Amino acid sequence: MVPVSYYLILSGILFACGVTGFLIKRNIITIFMSIELMLNGVNLSFVAFAAEWKALSGQVFVFFVMVVAAAEAAVGLAIIIAVYRTRETLNVDQVNLLKL
Amino acid sequence: MHLILFLAFGAVCVAGAVNLLVQKHPINSALSLVVVMGSLAAEYLLLGAEFVAAVQVIVYAGAVMVLFVFVIMLLNAGEEEETKGSRVAMIFGIPGMLVGSLLIAWVLIEHSGNKSLAAGALPGPPKTIGWLLFHDYLLPFEVTSVLVLIAIMGAVVLAAAPASAGGRKD
Repeated sequence: MVPVSYYLILSGILFACGVTGFLIKRNIITIFMSIELMLNGVNLSFVAFAAEWKALSGQVFVFFVMVVAAAEAAVGLAIIIAVYRTRETLNVDQVNLLKL
Repeated sequence: MHLILFLAFGAVCVAGAVNLLVQKHPINSALSLVVVMGSLAAEYLLLGAEFVAAVQVIVYAGAVMVLFVFVIMLLNAGEEEETKGSRVAMIFGIPGMLVGSLLIAWVLIEHSGNKSLAAGALPGPPKTIGWLLFHDYLLPFEVTSVLVLIAIMGAVVLAAAPASAGGRKD
């Protein structure tokens, strides 16, 4: 038997790690991976709450979150490729102009 | 047994997440993210969410991470360099993360009660989830398919080589 709060704490730790990666990383791809980490943390809390209240809707929401995350990953990586093509860099500190 | 498995996979999960932050090369970060997603799938199995665990492995650890690794290799991403911004972010980011996670943990411990979950607590065979998806959540499901279509077109348009630079030799 595992208390629900343990699952929630694990999901909170994952979310906090994602936020930290978003803040301290300077490589645009790693920043994007930190966003995926945050989404994963939230998904874990969805499933934990679904198990606590015996409600299957939580799992359906996780499914939707995953679909949106996959779409977001495809578009985001395409944007990263476009940025790299014009700037020749992946460092976010050097990507500071909207128009080149 | 449930608690031991939870703690083991949770430790792997947190270790992978911390490794993602520590590693300098994006490919190492991507591989530790695969570890995080794999152990999260095990956590879902412990909760009895087989469908979510399978989708986690197929979509996240499979498709999305393959996309990430492809892009890292396509752009030949090297080690990230230290900049002034990264030092400032390090000084404020890490204490911020510690305070944030302690706050989250405190709120959860104080307010979430002490309800426990048995292994496989969730009565969720894929059949029931499919029924829910195609009855109660049919409209969101269809909207999601439109979203995916738009995302595919957007990705193709954004990542396509610019017409003027066709045949650019690098």
